[in-house]
Order: sequence, then structure tokens, then C-alpha cells
Amino acid sequence: MLLFFGKTFGFSSNLSTICSMAGAGKKVSLFDFDWRTQKWNLLFLLGAIAGGFISNTWLNNNEPLKLAGTTIADLKAIGIQFDGQLEPGQLFDLQYLSLKNIILMLFGGLMIGFGSRYAGGCTSGHAISGLSNLQIPSLVAVIGFFAGGLIMTHFLFPLIF
Amino acid sequence: MKGVKFILAGIIFGIVMVKSEAVSWFRIQEMFRFQSFHMYGIIGTAVLLGVIAVFLIKKLQIRDINGLPITIPAKDKRWTKYALGGLVFGLGWALTGACPGPMFVNIGYGYIAMAIVVFGALLGTYLYGLIRHKLPH
Repeated sequence: MLLFFGKTFGFSSNLSTICSMAGAGKKVSLFDFDWRTQKWNLLFLLGAIAGGFISNTWLNNNEPLKLAGTTIADLKAIGIQFDGQLEPGQLFDLQYLSLKNIILMLFGGLMIGFGSRYAGGCTSGHAISGLSNLQIPSLVAVIGFFAGGLIMTHFLFPLIF
Repeated sequence: MKGVKFILAGIIFGIVMVKSEAVSWFRIQEMFRFQSFHMYGIIGTAVLLGVIAVFLIKKLQIRDINGLPITIPAKDKRWTKYALGGLVFGLGWALTGACPGPMFVNIGYGYIAMAIVVFGALLGTYLYGLIRHKLPH
């Protein structure tokens, strides 16, 4: 659909655009571009936020997530309770916001931002747009995404939680 | 307003991401533990539809809304950066259960704490910009 509008779909570019808007282009050449050319992607971002709001406000049927029983048990073993919601409350609800959670989220975000720019794209740009166009570099990136995800889930989660 | 169609596309994206539960930390965990087909089904369907769309665009030489030929810029061929960048991204993806799109959708949904992840992602993007000349690509 976005191709039809004359654009290629990739969400993480917005992170560069916001850096550029904040004036990072003066110090770092990567962000030295006219962010106005990326306005369409920022509008898409605003739409995505609105889409999240609409889903919860008007399209929420309050049915609990049907997570696999094995996943529920595995997570319970490392101390994360499944409550039927989209996100674990103990990590993302404001009332449980601890220093540990803030550091985890900040650090997780840092790796996402760093990695997506390093690899030149995120899930949408590589896994969806890139693989659709049968691009080998995107396949390499997607294998990298999975390798990182598996290491985090199976080796680092038991140490973190 | 030329921008409205992008906002609408974003809204549809946001709703589809929530309704398919692809924005869920739990679903991402399930995927990385290979305990359900759910996420693979979503990504597989998106790629399959994408492949068909790209194939048709090339085959029929469909033009975009402005009448220009549709092209997808080829990614460059050096693959060190894709592998290493992908690895770092994957670590963050599994930890926060969100990639750059869903983290914004989650904020809209009401998980305000996700803004911390967004802030981290901006820092990470900036950090890459700072040190990219020292990294192997």
C-alpha cells in the first residue's frame, strides 16, 4: 500500500528523523538531512499511535490473549506472570515502574535503536519490505534479529529476571 | 491534505498490529521459544503478500499514485553490518518485546512506560550516528 503511495515502508527511519529534528545534524553527519522530506513517515507514526488508541478504546473486546501454555509456564518459572493482557503489567504498568525496569527498557531501546540503524532497518524494513523484494542482505539481517532474540530469551533472561 | 493518506495508513497499521497481537511482549516471547505458530503466521503472511505485490508491481509495471514507476532501493551488499546490527537489534527486541513500530502503537494503546523504550531507541540511533565510522560494516 505504501509502495503505491510512492514510499518504501520502514519504521525505524523515524528514529533518525526525530534525531535530525532535534538538531543532531549539526554534530553528527548521519542526521544532517532535511527531515521535512520524511514527514510522510512521521505522519504514519502518528497514525500508528492513534491506531493503538483506537484499538484499545473502541475495538477492545476484552478477551484475554490466548498464549501457549508452555510459554506461560516458562515465564512463570522466571517470575513473570501472565495476566491475559498484551504486555506484562509488572514490566510496563506505571505503578510498578522500578529502577530495574527503567534501566532494562532504556537499555533494550538503546539496542533496538543502535541495531536498527547499524543494520539499516528493523522488522518492517528488512523482514517485511526486504524479504518481499527477495533481498539477500535483508535475509542476513533477519537471521541476525533471530540470533539476538534467541540469545536474549534463552541465555540472558534467566540472568536478568 | 496530501498527508491524510499516510495518517490513515498508520491508523490501519496500528489497529492491525494490536488486533493480530504482534505488539505483545508475550507473543514475542512465545515466538522466540518456538511455542506457537502465531507470530510466524503473521510475518509469513505479510511476506507472502509482499512478495506477490512486488512481483505484480514489477511484472505489470504498475505506477504509483503520482504516476511514477515504483522502485524499491536495493540494499548494499556488504553483510557484516546486517549481521552485527541485526544481532544487537534482536537482543533489544526480545528484551522489550517491541520493535520500532509497535513501541509507538503501545504508547497509543496506553502503555505510557513504552516511552522509555522510545527514548532509549533515540539514544541508540544517535549513538550509532556518533560512532559508525569506527564500526565494521
